[in-house]
Amino acid sequence: MIDTTDIYEKLSVIFRDVFEDETLIAKPSLTADDIAGWDSLTNLRLVLTVQKAFGVKFTAHEITSLNNVGELATLVQAKT
Amino acid sequence: MGAGLYAELGWLPRPPEDFHARCRNVSEQEGGLGSSIQALARYALDENQLTRLAKLIGEAREQRLSLSPLVPFRLAIVSNATSQFIVPALVASAARHGIALECCEANFDQVVQEVLSADSAISRAQPDAVLIAVDHRGLPLRQCQGDAAAAQETVEAALAHLELIRKGVAANSKAICIVQTVARPPETIFGNADLAVPGTMRSLVDRVNRGIAESISGSGDVLFDVAGLAETVGLAGWHDPTLWNLAKLPFSNVFLPLYADHVGRIVAALRGKSRRCLILDLDNTVWGGVIGDDGIEGIVIGQGDPTGEAHLSVQQTALTLRERGIVLAVSSKNHDEVARGPFQTHPDMLLREKHIAVFQANWDDKATNIEAIANALSLGLDSMVLLDDNPAERALVRQLLPQVAVPELPDDPALFARTLLASGYFEAVAFSAEDRQRADFYEENARRVALREEAADLGTYLASLDMVMTVQPFDAAGRNRIVQLINKSNQYNLTTRRYTEREIEEAQRDPDCLTLQVRLSDKFGDNGMISVVICRQIGRDWHVDTWLMSCRVLGRRVEDAVLQELLLQARERGVDRIVGIYHPTERNKLVEDHYAKLGFALVERQQDGTTVWQLSVAQAPIATLPLEVRHLGSELVGA
Repeated sequence: MIDTTDIYEKLSVIFRDVFEDETLIAKPSLTADDIAGWDSLTNLRLVLTVQKAFGVKFTAHEITSLNNVGELATLVQAKT
Repeated sequence: MGAGLYAELGWLPRPPEDFHARCRNVSEQEGGLGSSIQALARYALDENQLTRLAKLIGEAREQRLSLSPLVPFRLAIVSNATSQFIVPALVASAARHGIALECCEANFDQVVQEVLSADSAISRAQPDAVLIAVDHRGLPLRQCQGDAAAAQETVEAALAHLELIRKGVAANSKAICIVQTVARPPETIFGNADLAVPGTMRSLVDRVNRGIAESISGSGDVLFDVAGLAETVGLAGWHDPTLWNLAKLPFSNVFLPLYADHVGRIVAALRGKSRRCLILDLDNTVWGGVIGDDGIEGIVIGQGDPTGEAHLSVQQTALTLRERGIVLAVSSKNHDEVARGPFQTHPDMLLREKHIAVFQANWDDKATNIEAIANALSLGLDSMVLLDDNPAERALVRQLLPQVAVPELPDDPALFARTLLASGYFEAVAFSAEDRQRADFYEENARRVALREEAADLGTYLASLDMVMTVQPFDAAGRNRIVQLINKSNQYNLTTRRYTEREIEEAQRDPDCLTLQVRLSDKFGDNGMISVVICRQIGRDWHVDTWLMSCRVLGRRVEDAVLQELLLQARERGVDRIVGIYHPTERNKLVEDHYAKLGFALVERQQDGTTVWQLSVAQAPIATLPLEVRHLGSELVGA
């Protein structure tokens, strides 16, 4: 199982890439309300980038149930 | 290297680590925004990088900044899926191919309504082309296992549906349709028998795709073979049911960069930007080993040896490309006679000297040699592709001549040919009989150049060519080639106006239009159609809307002969004045003085460099020219 710190480190890189903001740091409480431009299409791009980076695949239900970055990290950890 | 070659655009260099930073700083770079954007687009970008670049292009457009030399193109998309998903990737990938793409999307799943209504967003946008991104879920395809009659009906209904969309586009705009084939879903019902049982999805999609392919020729529309693309990378990966259910994504996001690159190729091909010349390195590309060290007996080429067969496949591919009109050249760091040796005497070589239009073997750097090849062929650097196994040479040419396409190659020569063809640099939207002969034209030209050096003076030389110029108005038989010339000619082109097949058909019928298609033959062979002119009559003036000529026949006084023809017909029709315009582009400096040389008087010089010229028909001199003129199909002028 992949280490939590590693997940957040990798997620931070992905967030910077997807949202084009070099200052972003992925933390558990982060939600769509906190980042400008986090709309449904960008959200999908984020999830797809996460899937590719970690080599995992989520179900539609898992994707639509996510509420914050903490839940995303937990999901990634469960699948790797 | 399997599907990864395609999905990851393996022929393009990997993007730099600081790609996003480079995007941010792009406006500060020298050389113009359009060129900087194109340079960034030339990397193998992933979905996020494409989105970033598309945003940059969008911002530039909002600020009304020039994207030149990118050529504007407006693409409408009608789709039964989420088209917002593909648009940013399309915009960024088009820049890779020299196109400033502007996309206009139909409302979700409003395909038919949008194209049939004259005042829909799509129709009002006046697109240059419409991408019909309809998949198996957007067609009236009803599975009816085992029922042949119902299967026939549903195939016809699906084809009729696509036909309806295309007719709607034709009725409401002059746009070309880019018609997708249907990627078959991988699920089978009977298993292996699906292809044999009528009415299964496997058999229905197969027949629909066949029908689509057959409907393209002669329609003016072009094909985007999504089915072929999806099969190449694997249908199971292409179709992602989760993403369809979740967000109506038409295919897996993994293949978005590839899909978008293909749209970019097609649009670029429509704008005449496909490449025309393949330059081959020799050592370890055309054959295995180094000719200068190993000698003719030592190089590896031919059947019976895996490396020899790999390089043979490079030669076979080059020959097949040549047969469809791609010109071959050689650039090699070698002594000339040593490099030519295998072409002349090696029994297993498929390529021979006669196949190579320009052979550059010397010790100059490759960039210099490639420029020399471009000059010798009268082709632009952006028509060139270099196939070279040496990463250092590739990097050097990319840096010095960014317009030249230089595909990345894997270490294994067995994959050279596949990588070259996957790159799509030679994308063609149509194939005419003249394409097949083009490689010969260039070689005949090289012989003409040789003869020219022997002739005492130009007049004697031209007279010795026994040229016959054939002039006729536009007709259906010539239309394919006319449209091709109009959309491909960049250098000898006064206005660079691009027209679709439909617009050319309209010009042909328009009584106020004078149209000319000109062919030239000489004692070396037939050059085919080499010049196209369109004049539009306004009052008693003819305005030269289009005047273009193939650079193959430069210096043959064809333009003088065409002017004589225009004057002849102007007199017959009672036209007083011919008005010409030169509109400058990146590529047509060659014809800056076209009208001055032909005796036109300058009327106006505009700020953007456009010049307007006029010639009085009554006062124009009648010239004697070293070619015979024949008239075909003209009602006004007797042969």
